[in-house]
Amino acid sequence: MADNVKPRVKVPSSASAGEEIVIKTLISHPMESGQRKDSDGNVIPRSIINRFTCDFNGENVIDVTMEPAISTNPYFEFTAKVPETGEFKFTWYDDDGSVYEDSKTITV
Amino acid sequence: TAMLPAAGFAEAHADLEALISEFTGGAETGADGVTINAPEIAENGNTVPIEVSAPGATAIAVYAAGNPTPPVATFRFGPMAAAQTASTRIRLARTQDVVAVAQLADGSFARTVANVKVTIGGCGG
Repeated sequence: MADNVKPRVKVPSSASAGEEIVIKTLISHPMESGQRKDSDGNVIPRSIINRFTCDFNGENVIDVTMEPAISTNPYFEFTAKVPETGEFKFTWYDDDGSVYEDSKTITV
Repeated sequence: TAMLPAAGFAEAHADLEALISEFTGGAETGADGVTINAPEIAENGNTVPIEVSAPGATAIAVYAAGNPTPPVATFRFGPMAAAQTASTRIRLARTQDVVAVAQLADGSFARTVANVKVTIGGCGG
């Protein structure tokens, strides 16, 4: 697991039924691209988060395949439908097998 | 006479076409139905904000034609997505075209491109 990985998500705490909301997510992660070299000229191995998903009450909102071209501290902004009170679940998958999760409830 | 691109540039674009063909299954790409918002000039190639949008699309793939490895991300939209729009921040090694290819609601594909001028490259090395 990469050091100091901390997910942050911004979701409104309440919405009206059927409202469309904007979700913003940020996770601290170096996203080592595998293209950089250290001071001795050796390639620093790739170590990135390669997938991010968001679900609402078990149904998918977005599923992102991420490549090394995603910047350090990956940021995503997207929209979701809120038909009912429920829970958004956010999951990030690291190259090293680590899984980082966060969730937010929203009240209709 | 046409301007001949440098060899490296041509190779990068050959890679790109192969990657896009992998995503589309070799289908033709139309011009309408997908948009990409990116800055014309990015001072820092380490973190370039982009937004892609394709109403009704099931997926949008983004490529940076001039990066050492062109794939950037593929966004797949589920039933709970309100709009088929997403923003993120990407790395660009140098001035280049950023390409977005969307699979639209009817299964067809659309493609668009934005040229971004990069002052400081974002791939280290």
